[in-house]
Amino acid sequence: MSKFKKKKSGDLPAISTASLPDIVFMLLFFFMVATVMRQNTLMVENKLPFADQVEKLDKKDLIMYIYAGKPSPRYQSKYGTEARIQLNDKFASVEEVQQFIYSERESKREELIPYLTTALKVDEETNMGLVSDIKQELRKAEALKINYTTVVGDAMQNVE
Amino acid sequence: MAKRSAPEVNAGSMADIAFLLLIFFLVTTTIETDSGISRKLPQWQPEDVEPPVIKQRNIFTVLVNSNNQLLVEDEEMELSELREAAVEFLDNGAGTGDEACSFCQGAKDPNSSVNPQKAIISLVNNRGTEYGTYIAVQNELVAAYNQLRDREAQRMYGMTFTQMEKNYNDPNYNGDKDALKEKIDVITDMIPQKLSEAEPTS
Repeated sequence: MSKFKKKKSGDLPAISTASLPDIVFMLLFFFMVATVMRQNTLMVENKLPFADQVEKLDKKDLIMYIYAGKPSPRYQSKYGTEARIQLNDKFASVEEVQQFIYSERESKREELIPYLTTALKVDEETNMGLVSDIKQELRKAEALKINYTTVVGDAMQNVE
Repeated sequence: MAKRSAPEVNAGSMADIAFLLLIFFLVTTTIETDSGISRKLPQWQPEDVEPPVIKQRNIFTVLVNSNNQLLVEDEEMELSELREAAVEFLDNGAGTGDEACSFCQGAKDPNSSVNPQKAIISLVNNRGTEYGTYIAVQNELVAAYNQLRDREAQRMYGMTFTQMEKNYNDPNYNGDKDALKEKIDVITDMIPQKLSEAEPTS
């Protein structure tokens, strides 16, 4: 009689997968929290300039976004390389800015309208001509509160 | 000799580890918020309105050409020197009598501004100027105003203007917000941001 129990056959026991759901949920939660929903698909290049005297833009629902810059590479064959304005999901001309502001206002509650801010997300290589045109249109539409969206950093990097 | 079977790993604590990680990420992740330089555009005006007359000494002209070069008060300048020059202009305080500036520490140059309330910075850019340069110039000018405001706020209330604004916008700040607002208003009245932008030259 052997003192030792007879060993079972040599194959490894199955790894418990009971914790797999936990891992998956953890990942899910992490991405849920860390993801910022982008309302618009960008069709223009959008490398924002640097600045350090900035204010934070809270209250996302009170902001209207206007993008401008060179069309992204895949749109360049169709729209060229001249800087353009993007409103919502499509390219727009300067004249359409006013209409865009009015329709954005329409969709907001009346008491919130005075607090609406226009965020200009403009690529740093864009010429000021286009930006000034947008600003003139905003003045005509009486959307006077604007914010030049920037990346926090030393402004000297813009000039290099 | 027979092969020894590996003992089964206890997976009961796996969930705890997962939750620990989850909570760690929850706490450390911040959702990105946009930030930028806020400006207020002037009202749209019909073109036949005469602009008010302002003395030349109270205007600080900054010109940016299409090659992104700066011309400040008719002299070429590097961007890195702009902040210093703007502070010097705003802080000059050459005024006398009604226009005297009680807190200015500048050189009192008779050809420069009388006091910060009267001083206007005029920014003219070309249609070909790059947006990045324009933002850098704006940033330097705002920085000049903030530097002066910080100095005065520090002198009068022992706290920088930037800190005061930060506290004011902080929902968790448990000091007296109304008093803080008053202080902020005093400083902004003393040193108002008068930054005028002309139509770009083409």
